[in-house]
Formats: sequence, structure tokens, C-alpha cells
Amino acid sequence: MNHDAYDDNYIRSILNNVKSIAMVGASPVNVRPSYFAFKYLAQRGYDMIPVNPGHVGKALMGKPFVASLADIDRPIDMIDIFRNSSHIMPVVEEALKLSPLPKVIWMQLGARDDAAAEKAESAGLKVVMNRCPKIEYGRLSSEISWMGVNSRTLSSKRAPIPTQGMRLSLNRTSFGGGQTAASDRAAKNKTETT
Amino acid sequence: MTDRLPGFSTLAVHAGAQPDPTTGARATPIYQTTSFVFNDADHAASLFGLQAFGNIYTRIGSPTNAVLEERVAALEGGTAALAVASGHAAQLVVLQQLLKPGDEIIAARKLYGGSINQFTHAFKAFGWNVAWADPDEIESFERAVTPHTKAIFIESIANPAGSITDIEAIAAVARKAGVPLIVDNTLASPYLIKPIDHGADIVVHSLTKFLGGHGNSLGGIIVDAGTFDWSKDNKYPMLSEPRPEYHGIRIQETFGNFAFAIACRVLGLRDLGPALSPFNAFMILTGIETLPLRMQKHCDNAKAVAEFLSTHPAVSAVNYAGLPGDKYNALQRKYAPKGAGAVFTFSLKGGYDAGVNLVSNLKLFSHLANVGDTRSLVIHPASTTHSQLDDAAKVKSGAAPEVVRLSIGIEDKEDLIADLDQALRA
Ligand SMILES: Cc1ncc(COP(=O)(O)O)c(C=O)c1O
Repeated sequence: MNHDAYDDNYIRSILNNVKSIAMVGASPVNVRPSYFAFKYLAQRGYDMIPVNPGHVGKALMGKPFVASLADIDRPIDMIDIFRNSSHIMPVVEEALKLSPLPKVIWMQLGARDDAAAEKAESAGLKVVMNRCPKIEYGRLSSEISWMGVNSRTLSSKRAPIPTQGMRLSLNRTSFGGGQTAASDRAAKNKTETT
Repeated sequence: MTDRLPGFSTLAVHAGAQPDPTTGARATPIYQTTSFVFNDADHAASLFGLQAFGNIYTRIGSPTNAVLEERVAALEGGTAALAVASGHAAQLVVLQQLLKPGDEIIAARKLYGGSINQFTHAFKAFGWNVAWADPDEIESFERAVTPHTKAIFIESIANPAGSITDIEAIAAVARKAGVPLIVDNTLASPYLIKPIDHGADIVVHSLTKFLGGHGNSLGGIIVDAGTFDWSKDNKYPMLSEPRPEYHGIRIQETFGNFAFAIACRVLGLRDLGPALSPFNAFMILTGIETLPLRMQKHCDNAKAVAEFLSTHPAVSAVNYAGLPGDKYNALQRKYAPKGAGAVFTFSLKGGYDAGVNLVSNLKLFSHLANVGDTRSLVIHPASTTHSQLDDAAKVKSGAAPEVVRLSIGIEDKEDLIADLDQALRA
């Protein structure tokens, strides 16, 4: 898998197929990016589970926090990791002990750990790094275009009217990878120099 | 199946536009409304807190303008864009995100006269200082860098003389200085030059010119290349620090590689207010659909007119980068191989009076202060825009008494040449 520039079909198949998402590092503070993403994905119909040992006893949008992945009482399709690159590996190691195994490890915008990715991939999991599932969902459904964002997709079909709790079609025609050539190159240079 | 990259003309017609969800309208509707209803209180709070995508109030965004934004972002190869009321508004909103009082911008000396005024007077009053550098001498940009430098600003093809800027060389200076390169791509349009491919971090346009293309609507746009790391040295607190106006959100952390466009919208446009009317956005969008056809015709006509003028007995010099002997011809072949644009200057042997006569004798060219219209335009800077300067200052700013500026339209080139010929002989 080329982790510098993902094909949209790869991202699309993940977002279309996963149902439950455990968000490690989810925050109940409503200005943190993890809160934004959690709320958006819940409204798009995903079964969201907030994981954060610091907030056990509280709930996020009615979903109780759990301390660790091992504490979740149902199979998890995807683990969305809202932690710095240096904290990724232990989460992946914990994920690989789950039974059944999750299908996808997703590392948030800014987070990338190639060794952890390789470990997960050799266990048969799919991995996405340095992306936000909210942004990708908004982009492939073109909902994000309302903010002037280049979705890098086209469609001559009538758009659905988005309402809360509704899954949107992600089947627009894509052109190119997730971002743009120039921005992908800049992100790659940044990972190589840090 | 891997994704296929559509060509420029396909993007010019389709990017950002999709049949309307409610009515199925195929052309982009003009959402002529000030405001949009919320689903419920929670939805309203999510929108105001930037937690959800959606429409609130037309000063902050409109579905019509959003189509224009995505269209231009796609044509330029950027991650996102923000449409505003004019080219000047775009420059104001960009610099508001980057500069505090006491900070500096390095700007190319060869700029649209209005931009020189804006930087010299209006921005100075905000405490934003400008250091001028010569795009024909790259070292002058390096020498101008100080610890207060926050950005470099150039035009890809410079108004008024149509000179071509070495974008890559100046991008290298910006990278070394750790500041973003802003390129005004108005005179080239992304059809001729895509500055992001040459190292620009931000592209601005006056949509009033070739993108709108019909001389009927003012507009401006800011394109985010998604290439600059705003948090690196904490030099750009609008993007890297918690924003008090949004309860402590950090814009770059939250929006990643389209953070600059979001900052321009939610900190710039929201608070400064230069919103683009949805009607103008619609007119400009319609113009962009034919950009590739028009721009090629503009360039082909301009080259024919420049060739004609260069052999005319009444003309002493023609500055057109598309002519083989021109000073900028090598840069034009590198950066704008499809054509050198349609704005250029030439000099008359008869001096000031010949300039005044030419303008009054032309029958097809319109005498006015704009460029990038379907119609051919002419101006004699010495007797109009630059008339307040003395002769020495006129020469320095490229508006010597004998200089005339043309913006070549998309009429038949034979008619344009015949009009110039009769006016030069009259
Ligand atoms: C190169 C360039 N940039 C910016 C502007 C300003 O644009 P507006 O008139 O839309 O504010 C102009 C206008 O002539 C221009 O030619």
C-alpha cells in the first residue's frame, strides 16, 4: 500500500464497509478535532465507541467512554487513533490482540507510524495514515465542498439532500488520490524531515 | 481501477457543480438569499462551532459561491478556495491571516498599479510594511528577507507590461526564508500557468478579468495549495494558536491541508465582510466554462497583434513575451508555453500626443481601465492612470508618455489589426 497517496477507491471501500468504529483518544471537549469527527461519524450512522481512560464514567453523545479496546463488548470494524505518531504502536499492538481482529487501523491527520502500519498490514488489516475520516467522508460525498474544499470528485447525478443520521453516497467519480499532488508532496517531505 | 485525472476543459465545465439536490436543476442555481435555516438548535451550534459543514449566512458562504470555489481550486490544483468580492479583497483577506502590525511582506515591484497603491497606503496604515523587490533580479528578494518577513507576493504574468515572473526561483527564496509564496495569477489564469506546480503556497485572482472573462462582474478568489506548514515556527498564530473567537479551536490542527482557506473564511471573510454576491459567482462560473477556449483565442489574437505592431512604422517597441526576441520569451516558453497572455504594452514613435491620438482614433478597441474582457481594450497610462506622475516617475513605473497598454479580446484578429492600423495612420 502506498501510504503517501491513497486511491479513493481504497478509502471509499473502507468507509462503505465498516460499521463500528472505536475512537482511541476521543475527547469530550467540544473544540477538539476528535470531538468533531466523533460527532460527525455518529451522525452519518456509524456505531461509535469512545476510548479514553481519562474519561471513564462520562459519555460522548450518549456513548459511554471505555478505558481500553479490550473493554469493548462487541466486535470493532475500525480503530481510529487520535494520538501523536509516538503513541500509535502500543494501540496497534493492543488491537492485534482482539478477537475477532478489527479490519482497519486509521491514524488521524498528522499521525503516521510506518512500523505500526506494517505490523497491522502483515496481520491482514487495512491501514490509513495521516487522514481524517470526517474529511474523507465529506470529500467523497462532496458535502465538504460547501466549505470551498476541492473534493477531487465529479458527478452528473442529482445530489442527495443530507439530513442527520443519513449515510451519503460516496460513489462520485474520483480524479486522483485523496488530496492534491502539491499537498501530497509537501506532506511527504514533512514526514521525511521529521 | 485507479482514478483518472480529467483534463482541464472537463474540470472547467464540471468541477464543483452537480445537479441541484432539490430540483434537479443542471445549471448551478443562484441562491439569492441572505441566510439558511437550521435543522434544530444543535445543528445551529455545530455550524457556528465549525463542527459541521453547512450554510449559515451568505457573508460566510453560499452554495453558489461554493461551486465557484471548488471549480477554481480544481483548476489551480489547490486543496480549497474562498471566493470574495474582488481581487483586492482577496489580497486583504490573505494578508490579514499572515501579518500583525510591524510585520513585512516582500512584493515584486512589477505589480498591478492598484496593488502597489493598496500595499503602499492602505496596508501601511494597518502597520503592514512592504519591501519591494525586482522580479528580474532574484537576489533582490533574498536581500529583502528580514526576521519580520511573513510572505512574498508576485504576479505570474505582471500587469501592465505582460512580463513573465520566474516563479520557481522566487519560490526557492520563500522556502529558504520559511514564508509562503503568494502568486497573483490573474493575467495568466490557470489555463496558461498553474503556480502551485511551480511552488506557490497561495494563489489569488481577480476573477473580474479572464476567469469571469466578460467584463460584467467583479470578484476575487483565494486558493490554498495545502503545501505550507503553518504551525512549524508559530509564526502564523491565526492558524496555529487556539482561536478565542471559536472557543479555542486551532485552525491548522482541525482542518489540515485546507486550513488556510478555512482561516480566510472564518477569520477573514466573516469579520472583514467582503462577500461575493451569488449572482456574480454565477456569472463568473458561466465564464469559466469557456475559459480554455477564450484564453487560447486571447493569446493567439494577442500574438498576431503584437507581430503586426512590431513591424509598424509608427511603433518604436513592443513588449510581448510571446515574440521571439522579447526579454521574457525564454520564461514564457517555460511557464506559459500555450501563450503569453493578452495584456501587453507598446511604444509610439510620436510620443505622448501619438498615444492620445491613437486612443481617440480607435473604433473597435474600448478606452477603459480594465483587462481580460471578451472585447479588446486600450489605455494610455500617461494621460489617465499615471497622469499625476512627473515624466521621470512615469518612465520608472512603465508608463512612459509614449507607452500604450492593450488587452486583446476574442474578436477576429483581422478586425483588430485593421482598427489599430487605421488609428495609427489617422
Ligand atoms: C493583476 C491584478 N491583480 C489584482 C487586481 C485587482 O482586482 P479587482 O479589481 O477585482 O479588485 C487587478 C485589477 O486590475 C489586476 O489586474
